[in-house]
Amino acid sequence: MIALERRPQPSQAWSAAAPLLAVLLTMIFGGILFAALGKDPLVAIRTIFWDPLFGEFASFSRPQLLVKAGPLILIAVGLAMGFRAGIWNIGAEGQYILGAICGAAAGLAFYPMEARWLIFPIMVIAGGLGGLLWAMIPGLLKVRFGTNEILVSLMLVYVAEQLLAAMALGTLKNPEGMGFPGSRNLKQWVSSANPELIAGTGMHWGVVAAFIAVIGGYVLLSRHLLGFRIRLAGQSPRAAAFSGVNPNRLILVCLGISGCLAGLAGMFEVSGPAGQITIDFNSGYGFTAIIVAFLGRLHPVGILFAGLLMALTYVGGEVAQLTLQLPGAAIQLFQGMLLFFLLAVDVLTNFRFRFGRREVKA
Amino acid sequence: MRFERLEQFLDALMSSSISPTLLIASLMVASTPIMLAAIGELVVERAGVLNLGVEGMMITGAVCGFIVGVTTNSPAIGFLGAAAGGAILSMLFAVLTQLLLSNQVATGLALTLFGLGLSALMGQSWIGIKSPTLQRIDLGPLTDLPFVGRVIFGHDPMVYVALGIVAGVWAFFRFTRAGLIVRAVGENHDAAHALGYNVVLIRFLAIGFGGACAGLGGAYLSLVRVPQWTEGMTAGAGWIALAIVVFASWKPWRLLLGAWLFGGVTVLQLNLQAAGVAIPVEYLSMSPYIATIVVLVIMSAGRAPGSLGRTFHAST
Repeated sequence: MIALERRPQPSQAWSAAAPLLAVLLTMIFGGILFAALGKDPLVAIRTIFWDPLFGEFASFSRPQLLVKAGPLILIAVGLAMGFRAGIWNIGAEGQYILGAICGAAAGLAFYPMEARWLIFPIMVIAGGLGGLLWAMIPGLLKVRFGTNEILVSLMLVYVAEQLLAAMALGTLKNPEGMGFPGSRNLKQWVSSANPELIAGTGMHWGVVAAFIAVIGGYVLLSRHLLGFRIRLAGQSPRAAAFSGVNPNRLILVCLGISGCLAGLAGMFEVSGPAGQITIDFNSGYGFTAIIVAFLGRLHPVGILFAGLLMALTYVGGEVAQLTLQLPGAAIQLFQGMLLFFLLAVDVLTNFRFRFGRREVKA
Repeated sequence: MRFERLEQFLDALMSSSISPTLLIASLMVASTPIMLAAIGELVVERAGVLNLGVEGMMITGAVCGFIVGVTTNSPAIGFLGAAAGGAILSMLFAVLTQLLLSNQVATGLALTLFGLGLSALMGQSWIGIKSPTLQRIDLGPLTDLPFVGRVIFGHDPMVYVALGIVAGVWAFFRFTRAGLIVRAVGENHDAAHALGYNVVLIRFLAIGFGGACAGLGGAYLSLVRVPQWTEGMTAGAGWIALAIVVFASWKPWRLLLGAWLFGGVTVLQLNLQAAGVAIPVEYLSMSPYIATIVVLVIMSAGRAPGSLGRTFHAST
């Protein structure tokens, strides 16, 4: 008989080791999956995890790592704040879209003025604000009416996707685009471009923002009163209430921070790597960031590494699609598996297995 | 300008292009997939488990049902395959949350992400094929009745199966001892455990039932409503089903109302799109999701099962 026994204290060692074990298990089971698809599992794993960094064409794929990791980290740091406090913002994808729409719209309002010092900062602010306000909808509804924030924030993703399509086909459509859907190219306009800062690294302002968010998030969580309250509210809502934490304000702050960061990610993406508002501009970063947040143990530094790892699976997945004809969905499945294994392995942080017969206590 | 649009809108609403009979008849069809998924989730939540993976199980059910249905050329067997697919996927959730005591919210999300990936992979080579679909039941004179005939009789069998499951769940909770036990487990798992009920086993069964129902709902989309397989075809239906459970205050009969309301909004906006109202299609397509939010705001007064979402660990 195998039984679970609660540890008196959560194990520090397992807390750190669980993500590594989960990655290992995902590689093993991912390998089995790839083998089932008729690919050599070792080659597939090497293509995904090794070749983008050190392979033959690494100089092309390495910059992509930061490009993909930037938004993931930026969004995940924000989400982690809420998740720690038990506030589940699942709609980061929607906030990401709104940030992109607002950022692009604010910039395009000035077209074709040449004033980067003015326009780009305005776009950044508009992007963050757009995401923040979109996240305020579930926040205010929860505070005012007790509506479930998980469902509302998620519904708003679908609304945002439709809004994005409406913008790409209507309001923000490029008047000189010969009827094709999509906005003007923000990347080719000096005032709005979010270019690669150091050639060959993939570093753009969004990646800089992600690093700042990691540092800011770390300081906030470990040194600031707000961070203490977030952790307290998550671990013991009752104790938090007694110590004077206002749960409503916490809900709004957490959703606000995560919405703002997701909006920023969207804005930096639309003005940089993506370049324009299109119907299918969003690519699921908002959802993958949830995996990143958990894989990083809801800790900003952990999220930094988790974001880089997840970006690697994206980049490696693309390489594997090209060279091995591995279907794109297999990578999506691979990422989902990673979260599953992490959640499963996590049992070891709080519990230990006890073998042998259960004793009957008097 | 604004008034012109409103007039057009009302015109389209009143004009013969949208007949109320057909509207209500297609409402019954449009509400069936979410009704199926929602009734399954209702049982899961009454047992005290919050499974946010409905979307993932639905889409897996959709692809399993489609593949089985096309291969066997029988939609009925397809539905069985879908139920099996959804139930198998839900067991993953059950093992993680009930045996490995993981966080239910996070695991449910993982299940959705996993299900979306899995279904995309499984459905790869099935895109663009048309599936065999269910025939409408012809009850002869009953179906020929004006209005009633079209609205109540003469749908495909799954519409009635869905209604039957809702009625069955209602009766199960109201009249049977087993239903009472499931409710007890959901209200207070420690007390139920102390009374000697096997909390984990009961929850496993509830989760499996929820998965099977979600699978059926998904297959209704891929085998009847569309009837084709496209990636991500559930488009949030699973999440709407979750919202409808809250709307229904965890009561089966109120769930019918929620599903019909949602079906009504969906059908109406589709009809308005077809009628060529001067509102861009995208804004019309938002309406079911916005309606869901509005409904959640109005109806969040219900009382959730006491142990909903809490992890159960028998320490002794």
